[in-house]
Amino acid sequence: MGFPHSHDLEVGTILSRHFGDASARRLETWVGMGGYEGLKKAVGMEAPEITAVVKDSGLRGRGGAGFPTGLKWSFMPQEPNGPHYLCCNADESEPGAFKDREILRWVPHLLIEGCLIAARAIRAQHVYVYVRGEYFPYTKILNDAVVEAYEAGYIGSDILGSGWDCELTVHIGAGAYIAGEETGLMSSLVGGRAEPRVKPPFPAQSGVFGRPTTVNNVETLAAVPMILTEGADWYRQWGTEKSPGTKLWCCSGHLERPGTYELPLGVPLKDIIYDVCGGVRAGRKLKAVIPGGSSTALLTADELDCPSTYEGLQEAGSSLGTASPIVMDENTNMVAVIRRTAEFYAHESCGQCVQCREGTAWVAKILHRIETGGGRLKDIDILYDLCEQLTGRTICVLADSVVFPLRSSLDKFRADYEALINGGAR
Amino acid sequence: MSDGNAKMVSLTVDGVSVTVPAGTPVIQAAERAGVVVPHYCYHPGIPSRPAQCRMCLVEIEGQPKLQPSCVMAVQDEMVVHTQMESEEVRDAQQAVIEFLLLNHPLDCPICDAAGQCMLQDYAYETGQLETRLVDAKLVMGRDRIADDILYFADRCIICTRCVRFMDDIAGENSLIVAQRGHKAYIDTFPGKDLDHPFRGNIVDVCPVGALVHEDFVFKARAWDMDTAPGVCGGCSQGCNIDVNVKENQVVRVKPRYNADVNGYWMCDEGRRHLVMANRGLRADVPMIRRDGELEPVTWAEALEWVAERLPAGQGGVARVTASESNESLHTFTELLGVLGIDGGTFAVRRGESAKLPGFPQLELREERVPNGAGARLLGFTEQDALPSPGGGTLVVLADPLLDADPSYGADADFFLYLGSQISAAARNATAILPIAGAGEADGTYVNVENRVQRFHQAMQPPGVARPAWMVVNRLLRQLDGERLPVRDVRAAFAAVSAAVPEFASLSWQSLGLKGATLGSGAPAESGAR
Repeated sequence: MGFPHSHDLEVGTILSRHFGDASARRLETWVGMGGYEGLKKAVGMEAPEITAVVKDSGLRGRGGAGFPTGLKWSFMPQEPNGPHYLCCNADESEPGAFKDREILRWVPHLLIEGCLIAARAIRAQHVYVYVRGEYFPYTKILNDAVVEAYEAGYIGSDILGSGWDCELTVHIGAGAYIAGEETGLMSSLVGGRAEPRVKPPFPAQSGVFGRPTTVNNVETLAAVPMILTEGADWYRQWGTEKSPGTKLWCCSGHLERPGTYELPLGVPLKDIIYDVCGGVRAGRKLKAVIPGGSSTALLTADELDCPSTYEGLQEAGSSLGTASPIVMDENTNMVAVIRRTAEFYAHESCGQCVQCREGTAWVAKILHRIETGGGRLKDIDILYDLCEQLTGRTICVLADSVVFPLRSSLDKFRADYEALINGGAR
Repeated sequence: MSDGNAKMVSLTVDGVSVTVPAGTPVIQAAERAGVVVPHYCYHPGIPSRPAQCRMCLVEIEGQPKLQPSCVMAVQDEMVVHTQMESEEVRDAQQAVIEFLLLNHPLDCPICDAAGQCMLQDYAYETGQLETRLVDAKLVMGRDRIADDILYFADRCIICTRCVRFMDDIAGENSLIVAQRGHKAYIDTFPGKDLDHPFRGNIVDVCPVGALVHEDFVFKARAWDMDTAPGVCGGCSQGCNIDVNVKENQVVRVKPRYNADVNGYWMCDEGRRHLVMANRGLRADVPMIRRDGELEPVTWAEALEWVAERLPAGQGGVARVTASESNESLHTFTELLGVLGIDGGTFAVRRGESAKLPGFPQLELREERVPNGAGARLLGFTEQDALPSPGGGTLVVLADPLLDADPSYGADADFFLYLGSQISAAARNATAILPIAGAGEADGTYVNVENRVQRFHQAMQPPGVARPAWMVVNRLLRQLDGERLPVRDVRAAFAAVSAAVPEFASLSWQSLGLKGATLGSGAPAESGAR
């Protein structure tokens, strides 16, 4: 998985153009490919100008929430009275997501360039790239690229002779899902437990070391250099008004051709699954898709004719999330899928909020019991009730993340539950 | 927040209008409106507020979701609905209780917190009778988290008050949350012992029975204990305390809130003080020396016998202790006047001080007696060595003479011992008049900051022992039939304030339970800071 397979859709390959070409990792080759042109332009621009371009491009955060990137940058204090920080969130921990991995692996310099441009836009003196611990081999690739970039004067003091200084540090996480939540990430980065905290204060007010901080996803930052060189209108040639640009889709599950594909936002989801990925493997029927990573609501085979945009998937009752569809064929038992998902979230709950700490584990217990033949019809009601209690009552959205797949499976695949409850264990 | 210039904000809580300073959390504004919003992780004395127990959620009009009232700051014209009015809030709180009880062992019958447990209280309030959990509970077990503190992980609700007390107040990161999710538990930081001199406060802040002092384990049920407001006698800080007593024995000492003295806290040495202070052989009946032997007699006989033989006006030496109340020490000076003794001495035990960085006005003070300031004011001087009576008169008030040579006082012509313990030296007395020990009488102390504070009787003294001020007054009346009786501690304190200028403007009543500074004339500020 990971290499872009050939497909017949019209694509703008901004991020994935050099995926699969190991030579792109080398600075020399990369510069020959047009690398660091965006940074060269950026050092000649003032912070608000850079932010304005990104705002105009309509680029939205690729980490899952889809928050407009330029707007986020504009929340940073305009007249700094101390250090600012940029955190690049490379703690790609959502089950099903492996798009950031491909960027770290093939085009590390694109990410570094994006980080520096963003740092200039938010007046940060230091960039921290927080990489999940499991991405050890890709961290090495990134580190090699950082060393090259430092030596070539793209990072450090007096960048490209502009008099502007910016440092970049790669930090390796210790393997907690919740370190991907921005306040959890910042806590982990400064040596605390990866525990989300209540907002306000927002990171732009108080983040890393208590200073104004912006946290951006890898894919978001990687899109920035080309937006700067080619302009906002160029970027808007793809996608829709509300979801401009291109997006990496990392497709997994029971597919003929799983992998990471860069596609303009707006391509119908069914085309991604049936055309780009070649449909369900072995000619089986599709049963369900979790479109945006494990924390999004399930869609059935009948619900896939929707545009693959932030707004399109929301209308379909789910979410674009990290654009990581997990496709399941007709032989899949949904109770097992959701049980496994719930176990994951129970394991990854940081344990602060009572609902999440106890509720996720309880959901997993109930689902396990149903799966092994001890289920009661009453359990379905309890699960629905837990969905209510786990929604919107906690510091972060980890608890909500269990609810989306759980509730949608109860709504759409109740038959699976009832079959196990009535018929005993599979 | 006590800044008088702070901007004031008006809001409505359950239909009641309140005006509070800007920045006040909603939970405190609600309290002003007469509503206690249930909470676990929020503690008014601990600055960090993670808002993680999700028990204090309230509905705020205009907000799409329920908000934690412990961190949500008040806004002008905010409209808040608590559990009293909002079905959604009640529903959320009931769910939190159900979640907390999922893996809870429900061992209230053997839990030391039962009766004083916030989980138990709120569980009863929300009123869910049965669990919906049919699966196995998670069993975590029990651990020793400090030399004298046990941790029952099954009862723990991970509110992290204990962790944050150590971080924020004790200034020492010695406790952590280990593991995560439903497997999370409290532990000591790897390689660090929990040996902070104020560690006992983690037991007090625990809202459930997860942290228990080993001294208290299985000692008493909450409803079987009597509680008296006291002042710790461990050092000159004068921490306000609640003395928990069962069957006339101190089973536990807890800090009593006083913003100006000890906040919500006290040190571990202070917690042990009352138990330690009264050990030893207690004096319980008056005794007089007849034919060379000490013989127990009634109060009437003892007082008459002593009054007849008291060498009035002949001088001598006197010894007191700075653990006695102002009332007793003052009355004693009157007796010394009768005897013609000019002042007396007291010893001060000293130890290392210990600070509490998060509440700097509280310190375990070097001076390990509670009323050194009072004793000095009343004319006594500090001197380690015991005074030598020679062949004259020796009068001892309350100093147990534990470290004295067993022959001390044997050479005195007349040795009057008013004490609560019968030590070897005390057996040389001409007469022993038994007085109340620590925690057995009412009175006042003057602390290191010249604050006069009341303490109340928590236990009965043994036998017929009586407070020293009462005994000395009876003796003085025996000597002078015209002398008016001092019927209670109020009158005893009034005698002090009549005679000693520094106390002039104070009365037992005006001191209240928070105390007042000497010469201030009015009770000191005691509101929350």
